[in-house]
Amino acid sequence: MSTQPDLLYSEEEEALRAAVCDLLTDHCAPADVISRTESDAPHDLALWKLLADGMGLAGLLVPEAQGGQGASAREAAVVLEELGRAVAPVPYLTSAVVATEALLACADEELLGRLASGRTIGVLAVGLHHAPDAAFATVRVENGTLHGELTGIADAAVADVLLVPADDDGLYAVTADAVTVTPQVSLDLTRPLATVTLAGAAGRRVGDAGPAVRRALRAAAGLLASEQLGVADWALTETVRYLKERKQFNRPVGGFQALKHRLAQLWLEVVHLRATARAAADALATGQDTDVTVAVAQAYAAPVAVRATEEAVQLHGGIGMTWEHPAHLHLKRAKADSIAYGTAGAHRSALAELVGLQGP
Amino acid sequence: MTDTEELRRRTQELLAQHPPASTDRLDFLRARFDAGLAWVHYPEGLGGLGAPRSLQGVVNAELEAAGAPDNDPRRIGIGLGMAAPTILAYGTEEQKRRYLRPLWTGEEVWCQLFSEPGAGSDLAALGTRAVREGDEWIVNGQKVWTSSAHVARWAILIARTAPDVPKHQGITYFVCDMTDPGVEVRPLRQITGEAEFNEVFLADVRIPDTRRLGEAGDGWRVAQTTLMNERVSIGGMAVPREGGMIGPVARTWRERPGLRTHDLHQRLLRLWVEAEVTRFTGERLRQQLVAGQPGYEGSGMKLAFARLNQEISGLEVELRGEEGLLYDDWTMRRPELVDFTGRDAGYRYLRSKGNSIEGGTSEVLLNIVAERVLGLPAEPRTDKDVAWKDLAR
Repeated sequence: MSTQPDLLYSEEEEALRAAVCDLLTDHCAPADVISRTESDAPHDLALWKLLADGMGLAGLLVPEAQGGQGASAREAAVVLEELGRAVAPVPYLTSAVVATEALLACADEELLGRLASGRTIGVLAVGLHHAPDAAFATVRVENGTLHGELTGIADAAVADVLLVPADDDGLYAVTADAVTVTPQVSLDLTRPLATVTLAGAAGRRVGDAGPAVRRALRAAAGLLASEQLGVADWALTETVRYLKERKQFNRPVGGFQALKHRLAQLWLEVVHLRATARAAADALATGQDTDVTVAVAQAYAAPVAVRATEEAVQLHGGIGMTWEHPAHLHLKRAKADSIAYGTAGAHRSALAELVGLQGP
Repeated sequence: MTDTEELRRRTQELLAQHPPASTDRLDFLRARFDAGLAWVHYPEGLGGLGAPRSLQGVVNAELEAAGAPDNDPRRIGIGLGMAAPTILAYGTEEQKRRYLRPLWTGEEVWCQLFSEPGAGSDLAALGTRAVREGDEWIVNGQKVWTSSAHVARWAILIARTAPDVPKHQGITYFVCDMTDPGVEVRPLRQITGEAEFNEVFLADVRIPDTRRLGEAGDGWRVAQTTLMNERVSIGGMAVPREGGMIGPVARTWRERPGLRTHDLHQRLLRLWVEAEVTRFTGERLRQQLVAGQPGYEGSGMKLAFARLNQEISGLEVELRGEEGLLYDDWTMRRPELVDFTGRDAGYRYLRSKGNSIEGGTSEVLLNIVAERVLGLPAEPRTDKDVAWKDLAR
């Protein structure tokens, strides 16, 4: 590798971050996210409309010719950092990244354009836990219709179109009204899973499932690191803020050295995560060294995000264990993210092959 | 006047008047200093031209292309990095003229007499005494962990001159002649078997008052200039994948499949990932500096490298199995430079233990990150208003 990835944020990326951040500050308060999770509709479609329709973020990765913004994974990464920070219950990763990348592999312009507008939400019907190179479940094609059940499909509850892999290696676009979507009780309340049942559903073949799924999940794994960065950074920032305010034994709790060292160590890990998430986003944008950099990012990001949110719960003391404090939303997201698109261990195994460090 | 073109012209003029191929190394270095091309950001007459520091690269590139000798900056790092900026900031005109030229050319090596057996992280607690007698100061005490003392001509020294005031207020900063009677240098043999460092014993050493830097009692402030310059900046070079200590381990793993176990495999992959992540962080810091937006990341890099080096070298010893029970050489050597890659895994393992101690322990650095970066409350101070002589020790 002769060239180094660009690990900074450009001025345009910082401006995009500020715009997303402002919108989320106004429209995605933690208390509202919590009360929404207790309703029948955990997703915030009004917020989605502002982000996707209002700001054009749903089409960030779609070329301008197909109605998108023609931006790159670097910009999408910045959006995901802020969505992660707010644990925003919107289908950005699933629709604007995963389903979009699958359709880019298939070059389905019509559907891409609809997803880019944000008025159609698309979801790839592959279980959230699948690593980019892992085998995935398919449905049967019988007499031109689709039959089967797929589980662990993130954001399926709000999908208008599902991209369903079938046993003839085709990827089929199926409209939501042709399938039965049954919500599963999910660990992560802000990115709920569902079962999708197809009983003779009609579908339109948009391309080959294998390369489309691999491309989509690789982009997802790489960009998930930026979401995890947002989650971890929120946990660190909020915990530091709280520990400066909270007093016990007549002094701010943050003045105790045992806690200072834990937070300093966590800060260092978040700093590492930021550089690594940037590297993954840049590798996806440039196509250079992508497989290794994405695997490194996912091998590193998940443990850091989980530890950051676990530390947030612990260091907030009693309040950190309550339903009313948002720390649990971030903990649940971080833990679910540690399984999403492949565990750290799965990505380490992939790395072993990629960089020639095979086991015994 | 000192823009890029001007510097290039001056450099070519130096090269024309002193062709490297036919000029004695030391003569060339002296001429370079006198031409103001040694450190261009220093003042005229002191090896510089008062130019922006960033333009030094222009000169260096021209000289390197012409095959000019350098001043072996690694060998004289303490002089260049610590003594020189302090002398420049606090020295008299006479002191600057006497010390800076031979310091830069490497004719005179410098060392640093700061740390003491009883004052490590708590440096300001130092107990080496300097008592004024007419125009001289009589110095008694012991210093430790002194790099280069056995080859040094001069030392920067801090000593206690007023024991009745709080510790930071009673310190004075001197230049000590290492050839003076009463200065005794003893090798300090360390955990690796070699002696990179020294102990320095000072017995009735007489230092003329003309070798004081800054005011009497103001030595702590002067020392801050030295210490701020101690932190070696993260290099300007991009590091390739497997460029650090993970490189030799990964090579051994690939070349010798017989050593592999499942447990070692898991640990190796984790550390490979961490090495790569740390490389990205260093690279991001480098890019921030180039873009003129330095971040706080630098504060954490020493912490990260210390732990990473220790874990990787520890794994490397285990990976070697039967060979890991052996050591390359316990002879007490006195290297002028630390060279991690030239020796075996066992040496790397033992030497890296120092990485979390030297130049600020990891514990102290964690405090610094917590307080200066995260803004958490400072450690309670019980020594602030207590005279040095009344401190617990």
